[in-house]
Amino acid sequence: MKNRVLVIGGGIGGIQASLDLAEKGIPVCLLERSPSIGGRMAQLDKTFPTNDCSI
Amino acid sequence: MGMGIRKAIYIPFSQGTPNIYTIDKEHCPKLIKDKCGLCEKICPTGAINYQQKEQEVQLEVGAIVVAVGFDSFLPRSLTNLGFGRYKDVVTSLQYERLSSASGPTGGHLVRPSNGEEAKRIAFIHCVGSRDVKNREFCSSVCCMYATKEAVIAKSHNKEIDTTVFFMDMRSFGKEFDQYILRAKKDYGVRYIRSKVSSVSQSNTSDRLTLRYSTEEGPPEEEEFDLVVLAGGLHRQTGSSEIAELLGIELNRYGFCSTIPFDSVETGKAGIFVCGAFQEPKDIPETVTQSSAAAARVSALLRPPRCKPAEEGAYPPEIDITKQPPRIGVFVCRCGTNIGDFVNVPEVVEYARSLPYVVYAEENLYSCSQDAQERIKDKIQENKLNRVVVASCTPRTHQPLFQETLRQAGLNKYLFEMANIREQCSWVHMSQPEEATQKAKDLTRMAVARAQILQPLVEVPAEIIPKGLVIGGGLAGTTAALSLAEQGYKAYLVEKEAELGGNFRRLKFSLPLDDDPQKYLQSLIEKVESNDLVEVYTEAEIKEVAGFIGNFQTTVLHKGKEVKLDHGAIIVATGGVELKPPEYLYGKDERVVTGQEFEELLARDDGRIGESRAIAIILCVGSREKERPYCSRICCLHALKTALKLRRGYPDLQVFIIYKDIITYGFKEEYYRRAREEGVIFLRYDDDHKPSLLKEGDRLKLTHRVQALGGEEIVLYPDMIILNAAIIPRDNSSLAKMLKVPLTGDGFFLEAHMKLRPVEFATDGVFLCGLAHSPKSAEESITQAHAAASRAVSLLSQTTIEAPAVIAEVDEERCRACGKCVEVCEYSAPELVDVGEGRKAARINPLLCKGCGACPVLCPSSAITLRHFTSGQIISMIDAALKVAT
Repeated sequence: MKNRVLVIGGGIGGIQASLDLAEKGIPVCLLERSPSIGGRMAQLDKTFPTNDCSI
Repeated sequence: MGMGIRKAIYIPFSQGTPNIYTIDKEHCPKLIKDKCGLCEKICPTGAINYQQKEQEVQLEVGAIVVAVGFDSFLPRSLTNLGFGRYKDVVTSLQYERLSSASGPTGGHLVRPSNGEEAKRIAFIHCVGSRDVKNREFCSSVCCMYATKEAVIAKSHNKEIDTTVFFMDMRSFGKEFDQYILRAKKDYGVRYIRSKVSSVSQSNTSDRLTLRYSTEEGPPEEEEFDLVVLAGGLHRQTGSSEIAELLGIELNRYGFCSTIPFDSVETGKAGIFVCGAFQEPKDIPETVTQSSAAAARVSALLRPPRCKPAEEGAYPPEIDITKQPPRIGVFVCRCGTNIGDFVNVPEVVEYARSLPYVVYAEENLYSCSQDAQERIKDKIQENKLNRVVVASCTPRTHQPLFQETLRQAGLNKYLFEMANIREQCSWVHMSQPEEATQKAKDLTRMAVARAQILQPLVEVPAEIIPKGLVIGGGLAGTTAALSLAEQGYKAYLVEKEAELGGNFRRLKFSLPLDDDPQKYLQSLIEKVESNDLVEVYTEAEIKEVAGFIGNFQTTVLHKGKEVKLDHGAIIVATGGVELKPPEYLYGKDERVVTGQEFEELLARDDGRIGESRAIAIILCVGSREKERPYCSRICCLHALKTALKLRRGYPDLQVFIIYKDIITYGFKEEYYRRAREEGVIFLRYDDDHKPSLLKEGDRLKLTHRVQALGGEEIVLYPDMIILNAAIIPRDNSSLAKMLKVPLTGDGFFLEAHMKLRPVEFATDGVFLCGLAHSPKSAEESITQAHAAASRAVSLLSQTTIEAPAVIAEVDEERCRACGKCVEVCEYSAPELVDVGEGRKAARINPLLCKGCGACPVLCPSSAITLRHFTSGQIISMIDAALKVAT
């Protein structure tokens, strides 16, 4: 079996999945249709319930 | 989003990665009609290429993770709410951009129609959600983000009036109810339980009129400057095409279907799903599910352990020992978080005046990717050998900046952080001048310490490729199995004689065909047949020593001590159902808890068949002063019980007495079904709880009906089910052993509520299940996989750099008094012979946690804590006592 993974979507979900896989030594192809990764979360100003910034 | 003017070549938003320009294909004159072409001529790096074509790339992969997310609902179809007709009716995502420092108005809350400040803002919930005809599900996040947006408006300007129009307050996540309480009490956000029927504008006023009805009276009207529609999370555009391409199933709402009790398994081998594409959900649940999906992939592909990082991963470290300090200071605006309250340019200017500071600048977000590149460039340009970032907390961001330093060839201990957000701008929002002064003070202190920071060397230590799981309930058992399936040894320690915990008592689930006990049985069989899981039942943790990658734990197993060596710890100690002190519980046997009733129902207890009416009371002990949190699963538990009762006993009347019905995500449909199947719902609020008394032999339940102007109705149920709070176990001694924090409610507190939901700030220790917060069985299973994934990310490395911030002894000065040996909680110091009949203390670097207890106590000042030396601390105190000018 190929030891590589395709992750479709570069929002917070896809990024976290890719990081988790890469940390284990699994090569990842992360696919995102827009020019930058970050998705919806990168558009948010702050997050509840701590009012932390979103990055 | 149609909120401002943007050029045909633009940066999508400042926190995207990479943060670079892109061409808008639909508006670039060169691409549509081959005119202009200016950008190609002017770009100094020749980065513009109009000929770039889409290419087809073939990839061969062993597994696929689908994380395509959601689309936000655009309320064009809801003409009654005025979206598209009035400029001052905006979606919540447009409002996010309005309030963001990097948005089109620079963070000023103005009315899009005329640019004037918005003084009265309305937030309308459930726009495009919980609509039985079209979109029946609950979008899960709108209640909370609308409150956050109202709080942000209030912190921009206290004078702004904010009103939230909601149906049920679904604040079901960790610390959410407390957030709502703070919004009400500290910020003065107004909440109206209502349904909004229309938003309109009269000819005489430019304000918007909102018409709504509450439970009590006739419809009312109010005027607002800005109306924010809390739009829901909807199916991703193109989800059907993706599903068809991958051969996975979608549910009737267009989200990805998964198998029972497993939120990442699509049903097609090798394809996993995570995030809002599976069900509308919040960020921490998405992050958790993503890690869980990674665990499943890792179990499938079983990669070998990683080799130590090869040389060349970082540039060689610059020797700075003979250089005079050259400090660079980067002051962060954190969007509006710091920039709105602290005069950042003034702080930068002040930093430039400080000794040894050769460079200073401000950043909109110092943590963004482009800022890391800038910091690296500035280090090289200015030959910086110390870096200070004045921004937020080192807890979340120090590792990022330290990594940047390493990439620029500096030792990571040459970094210092001043926290001018949590410790300054956030707590002094109403005093901008004093906040600026304090930001200068904190920066001056950081610069003072930075001058005398020294590089430290981290020595690599072997990682023991084994995990310890504390707690053998559903979460712990799942986590242990996940470790084993990924190829790592797991020790599973459970205090009871059998595995399964609370899950053993779960007899039914929703949908009702799913069988929890069958699932548990198969889980336990898998654990027992997996050689990599070693189970210790009737066992408890006695002592934990060591550090990340190298823990030594003593377990008391059936009276005998067992020593286990392991590299990671997963905490899964679970929770318990509260024994309520009210509603005659324990005084009348007809009053039982939800968990107790489930067992009665499972064995068709005769008392149920004899009953004519049963009442379920919700929020017993939850969402109250004493326990200001939602227990998350009680509503669904009540619906499950009610549906089961209506099916099994059609003549029985079932009442559900509730504060808010919290059926988030697709669970909403069970709320509708229960209503359709004749379950009667009665709402109460905190000021008017139902009362339960004994009248002769009968149970008399009195309930005040808000909709009837406060009239009371009386029921005589034959049984009462109390859906009581989920409370944490007594976690205090384990928390102390592991050096991890608890929340005010007694649950374990993770490293970061949004982005590190299953790990602790203490390295190498992870968390899942009810010990984290109340949650459903499916959510516990997902979280267990996630914790195992994070643990395997650690265990899959062969070595780790042992912490360099540890105490060391100057043996010449040590008088061997033994005070350090007494005070140390980690048994790191011991007295050893140093020749000539002399003894001195020596500290085991693998055991020392750098807590700082021994240097303080040492009477001969022989002990120094590296990176926090007396000299460094005193330099900060000295700097603090000087006054900034």
